[in-house]
Amino acid sequence: MKFHAVIDVQLHPGIADPQGSTIERALPTLGFDGMSNVRAGKSIHLDIEAADAATAEAQLAEVCEKFLTNPVIEDAKISVVEVAGAN
Amino acid sequence: MAARIGVVRFPGTNCEFDTVEAMNALGGQGEILWHGDNSVGQSDAVIIAGGFAHGDYLRPGAIARFSPIMEAVVAAANDGMPVIGICNGFQVLTEAGLLPGALQKNRGLKFINDWQMLRVESTNSSLTSAAEVGQELNIPINHFEGNYTCSDETLAELRANDQIVLTYTPNPNGSVGDIAGVCNAGRNVVGLMPHPERASNELLGSTDGNVLLQSVLDSVGAAV
Repeated sequence: MKFHAVIDVQLHPGIADPQGSTIERALPTLGFDGMSNVRAGKSIHLDIEAADAATAEAQLAEVCEKFLTNPVIEDAKISVVEVAGAN
Repeated sequence: MAARIGVVRFPGTNCEFDTVEAMNALGGQGEILWHGDNSVGQSDAVIIAGGFAHGDYLRPGAIARFSPIMEAVVAAANDGMPVIGICNGFQVLTEAGLLPGALQKNRGLKFINDWQMLRVESTNSSLTSAAEVGQELNIPINHFEGNYTCSDETLAELRANDQIVLTYTPNPNGSVGDIAGVCNAGRNVVGLMPHPERASNELLGSTDGNVLLQSVLDSVGAAV
């Protein structure tokens, strides 16, 4: 089966996020009020062939741990959706 | 016989020849190690030079750490060989798990290219053995992701084990504990964000980097 995966990479909650803080400071100066706790990460999208969703998620967790994130400072949230029409 | 210093070159490394030149000027024998090789050859010590290995894509050092040469570098480091990471090389060493912590974006979100005062905090490492504790060094920094980050537990451990070898005075990038350079528990692997090779000749404006590079040569002698 083919799945589409979205991996959301964010800095650990305790790690200072200079990019998020800069965006947060800029918001009121642009007239956008009431926004706080800005965190800026990245998302990685990919397709993966696997027997089922659980297997896909397990493989993605491994690739996140080894390569796509630096576990010292980052967390990954993985979501997997089956690609309709694929075998 | 001159100590042989292997300087690793990845696609995107740009300080390897300066580093070889600086080591040669001190009486070492610098030579380039190609990232695709799976051995450090006859090297007595290895320096991973600065630059933007693999374009710094994903994270600085994240792709470089999987190069064939890195397996040999990790094995050599575990055998006690002096392994030094300068700037991008420091980032590669943290990604490879040879050094604790990580380097993230500078606090001010600016690439900083400037002269920087450093303080030697420990002389018990392959990069600082020829220096003195408290010695102040004027050495350039040139980085966007030089903000050293680690957990509170790791920081406490680094302090307890005297693994912080260089600090910034003052702190330019938000690094935890003003850290500019750290070593591993074995004290043979050291990473630093400043560029000692760019402070290795009067023509460059400072020779303060030489005491660090000389330490690497001395460490080779000590290890043999």
